[in-house]
Amino acid sequence: MRTEFITTNIAIAEGAIMAGMKFYAGYPITPASDLFEYLAERLPQAGGLTVQFEDEIASINAVIGASWAGAKSMTATSGPGFSLMVEGLGFAIITETPLVVVDIMRAGPSTGVPTKATQSDVYQVRFAPHGIYSIPVLIPWSAQEGFDLAIRAFNIAEALRTPVIILSDAVLAHAWEKVRIKDLTEIKVIDREMPQLKNKNSWLNQKSDLVPPMKVFGRGYGAKVESLIHDERGWYIPNNETYRKLVWRLVRKIEDKARFLWDSVTYLTEDSDYLVYAYGSVARPAYAAVKELRKESIRIGLFRPRTLWPFDYFNLKKASMKVKKVFVVENNEGKIFREVQRHLRGKEVIPLPLIDLEVPPPEDIVDSIREWL
Amino acid sequence: MMGNKLRHPLSKYLLEDRLPHSWCPGCGIGIALGSILRAIDKKVKEGAIDYNKLVLVTGIGCSARAAFYVRFDSAHTIHGRAIPFASGVKLANPSLTVLVFGGDGDIAGIGGNHLIHAARRNMDLLVFMITNFVYAMTGGQVAPTTPTGLYTTTTPKGNPERPLNAIKLVASQNPNYVARASATHPALIEQYTYKALNMEGFRFIEIISMCPEVFGRHIGFNDPVTLYKTLKSKSIVKDKPSLDESDYDWNHGWILGEYVLRRNPGYLTTLRRYEG
Repeated sequence: MRTEFITTNIAIAEGAIMAGMKFYAGYPITPASDLFEYLAERLPQAGGLTVQFEDEIASINAVIGASWAGAKSMTATSGPGFSLMVEGLGFAIITETPLVVVDIMRAGPSTGVPTKATQSDVYQVRFAPHGIYSIPVLIPWSAQEGFDLAIRAFNIAEALRTPVIILSDAVLAHAWEKVRIKDLTEIKVIDREMPQLKNKNSWLNQKSDLVPPMKVFGRGYGAKVESLIHDERGWYIPNNETYRKLVWRLVRKIEDKARFLWDSVTYLTEDSDYLVYAYGSVARPAYAAVKELRKESIRIGLFRPRTLWPFDYFNLKKASMKVKKVFVVENNEGKIFREVQRHLRGKEVIPLPLIDLEVPPPEDIVDSIREWL
Repeated sequence: MMGNKLRHPLSKYLLEDRLPHSWCPGCGIGIALGSILRAIDKKVKEGAIDYNKLVLVTGIGCSARAAFYVRFDSAHTIHGRAIPFASGVKLANPSLTVLVFGGDGDIAGIGGNHLIHAARRNMDLLVFMITNFVYAMTGGQVAPTTPTGLYTTTTPKGNPERPLNAIKLVASQNPNYVARASATHPALIEQYTYKALNMEGFRFIEIISMCPEVFGRHIGFNDPVTLYKTLKSKSIVKDKPSLDESDYDWNHGWILGEYVLRRNPGYLTTLRRYEG
């Protein structure tokens, strides 16, 4: 264990290395470039390789290829680059390729404001590729969580054979903070399962029929990586039976594991009359606002998911059972509000969309909440 | 009956259970794939290539379906992205022999940028591009390689554009090997593949091929044999042709041959020098 003063971008890079990442491909984009630059120095020391490709399309496809060749792989980008990666992300989903994409949100749409943060891409990361699927999205609020969630992201990717998104933003990316860098002995690292060679035609995992072992290249499996709808052999079979079987499995292998993926934190909620729902960088001023309102004897607490998708309605329902109102504070036009409202039917849920190129200050959040008390 | 079942001579390399393939009668892709597999087989028998380390990467299109039919590791990826996927495979495990096989639209159209940059890096890949002058799987639309003037379904009055000369494009980035063969000359495909297989760096073999169904038929050839004979008559084999001779049009045909052959260090060798 050692303590370092680093940015969230660097913390994510260190977490990824700790999880065993050996390949990184990327394309320069603000505010993700310095994560790449850091890895270009650091990853070779850890026995890995970074390559700058001609665009984000090539980057994510190289990451997918590297994963099939056996390397834990990652890329990082921001809105415009993520838009280009969407095609590859769908390919990673249908081929069940373990990989991690760090999406560092900046203000959009389009080129927007490259250097400033909003939380405008919370749906893009979950729903952008076409088709039927589910995809886990983790969302840190500090450099420390950047490190911790990077390890968790790789573990989920490897265990469930899926791409996993780490959703950071431009403010967190360059915020310098104290981070406790754990030793390998303090963490758990999960590696993908591969079929036993003598049993290479059977894909059924002994432990679960939802995640088939991965036929990594170069080991005599005769792997068939297939972007078309396919059966367990990787053969294209365009009928309802095969289609339903595959897409239901792509959904269920994530959603059935939701209770293991959910990871939410509550603050000051024991006696609360009111609950604030906030995530990522905005949860920090939201927490400050909660503490400020507490000084005025307003019984209010904070609910903060660290896994944004699958959506943690279970712990949210528990935390909001006795409250009168739930405020959803987010730096966009009120996106996740819809999801919260959908799950807390009958409860008064109030959207507090604070579109702010800086992180909305606690006073703005206090003022907004006070109007509704 | 079972005991007398005929095996395909390349059954070690072909998933016979998935045959017959989806290519039309008279299509050149099977000829190209067969020639390539024969070259690979020679190398495997010589011990120069490990069968279990072979990976065939394809994108989307008629040619890309080749990934269905090989028995060794293969990936049928997404349209245009076979080269970056293959680059990731090779970089993550340099012991693999990574082949890319795709159509002209896949490799030089939608994937054109990746083609340029892989050639520029001298990435350790062997890329086969099947040039049939048309987007065939989608029904015969104009391709970047379609010769000027020819009818396609999206240029009903004739193609007003000039065709892309992939040989010159790739050669401009100074990769290690650039050659043009044709499905009308399968021995050349086999010979060039055999030569390129164990080389380092970026190797590019364009294979002119016949699409009788949505290219030949659309420009007035009523049967595959006529198209085959026409393409054969337009293919001129030349020893060490110059790059300026690689330009082609429908009237003058095209020159087959080895345009570039050099032994520069490949990407991985260069990388190792820098990483120390």
